[in-house]
Amino acid sequence: MSSTSQPSSRAGAFVMALYLAFLILPIYWLVNMSLKTNFEINTTVSLWPNEITFEHYIKIFTDSSWYSGYINSLTYVALNTIISITLALPAAYAFSRYSFVGEKHLFFWLLSNRMAPPAVFALPFFNLYSAIGLFDTPWAVALAHCLFNVPLAVWILEGFMSGVPREIDETAAIDGYSFPRFFIKIFMPLIASGIGVAAFFCFMFSWVELLLARTLTATNAKPIAVTMTRTVSAAGMDWGLLAAAGVLTIIPGALVIWFVRNYIAKGFALGRV
Amino acid sequence: MDKPVNNAAWLLVAPVFLIVAFSAILPIMTVVNYSVQDTFGNNQFFWNGLGWFQELLDPTTELGGRFLDALWRNLLFSAIILAIEVPLGILVALSMPRDGWKVAATLVIMALPLLIPWNVVGTIWQVFARADIGLGGWAINALGIDYNYTGDPLAAWITIVVMDVWHWTSLVALLCYAGLKSIPDAYYQAARIDGASRWAIFTTIQLPKMKRVLLIAVLLRFMDSFMIYTEPFVLTGGGPGNATTFLSIDLVKIALGQFDLGKAAAMSLVYNLIVLALCWVFYTVMTNAGTERRHEENPA
Repeated sequence: MSSTSQPSSRAGAFVMALYLAFLILPIYWLVNMSLKTNFEINTTVSLWPNEITFEHYIKIFTDSSWYSGYINSLTYVALNTIISITLALPAAYAFSRYSFVGEKHLFFWLLSNRMAPPAVFALPFFNLYSAIGLFDTPWAVALAHCLFNVPLAVWILEGFMSGVPREIDETAAIDGYSFPRFFIKIFMPLIASGIGVAAFFCFMFSWVELLLARTLTATNAKPIAVTMTRTVSAAGMDWGLLAAAGVLTIIPGALVIWFVRNYIAKGFALGRV
Repeated sequence: MDKPVNNAAWLLVAPVFLIVAFSAILPIMTVVNYSVQDTFGNNQFFWNGLGWFQELLDPTTELGGRFLDALWRNLLFSAIILAIEVPLGILVALSMPRDGWKVAATLVIMALPLLIPWNVVGTIWQVFARADIGLGGWAINALGIDYNYTGDPLAAWITIVVMDVWHWTSLVALLCYAGLKSIPDAYYQAARIDGASRWAIFTTIQLPKMKRVLLIAVLLRFMDSFMIYTEPFVLTGGGPGNATTFLSIDLVKIALGQFDLGKAAAMSLVYNLIVLALCWVFYTVMTNAGTERRHEENPA
């Protein structure tokens, strides 16, 4: 965009290089450790493995208690993203197009739930989901994460929808479109990138959260992040296995980022620039 | 241009209202219920009135002292990371490459820490900063500086702050970058004709355009650092001693560790009220900034 205008500088490139190195170094170290034997990890500090081993990865992919953790995590993340977006779409439309009784208070209340500390909700959620029989299912975690993901999705979608001129709604009404048909056929394609961004954020915050996911599951729906805490055994920490599991949890996020890379900047501004 | 009044819009909002109410109001009712009772186990509860709240807000009691310590620690932590992440994020945003594949590659690497589960962030820094097996900890000790984050409170604090900077600066940077991208080229050309210095361009063109996104960044970063739990829990477990026990860590210790439901519930409510009050302040500031902007663009 501003290729000619901003005074580009070597200092800028230098800052960027340092920053990226700072970001990559700890991740590099994790990958490095996951390819070492535990003996090597505990005895030497070396920049690359003397002897590359895939034993930790093989263990994860052959032990069902490990890989089912990944499946459980992805299940509740997907459920949560679908629920959040489906419910948030009409609400965001209402906020962006109409004013109604209690509009401002409702919006603030929604937003305040995005900011509420999950630690406050851990115990009551445990009681609530045990009482209704959803404890230890992916549904419990998916619904619990709605607490912060639904308000966030509403907030993001409202930003993108407000960027669409209201004349489009009116023209569609004159042309005889019913509201649901207009919404699905005309309006949703117009804010497709906004829906993508909202889905990305729901994925992100549901995928990275641990406190509620840990509290609401026991054995059947245990997420991968919790399985990882098992690597402490009588023989000490299994660092190699822990590192390999860590590397595998980075991959889904990296894939998602790759697909949305062209929308990242606008997306992080929540459609508000 | 004002939005038309239509109370039927509540029908569109109702599903969201119901699901958030289910997840927010019902649990809060449980918390309120616990907060006025005491228990000696066996599911027997006794009325305790406002006893827990009085204890919580009185710094001379064990509970009150511990709560205020954690609150103070948490505010200090939020202040430190904001003071580092906001300027650093702006600097990184200004240093973004201009175009081509470099932009995409940089964006992908920058977004990577944001998508790593929070306990894995803790694990990454644990294996990186440990003096015996971690590259970072090992290197610092090799330079002759005695560094051990599991034993030394200051080292633990520095490690957690560096970890948070690593984890979240990209969010601030990406927001600022989006703000910068929205500045039309003409602004820069005009500045060049006027012979404006680099600093003048920053303070009069770039910073005002970033104001709105910076507010979002500060809001998100403040709130998220105020409820930080998982990363320090994995890295230090709140230690050494209580040096890095932030509000959420303390709350979970009381609630799920000691099962002191009354105390934990009272603390939850006060904690939540503080967050709500701060959130309201930010929201008001943000909404006002939004209205100002609309007035600037369409002076009536």
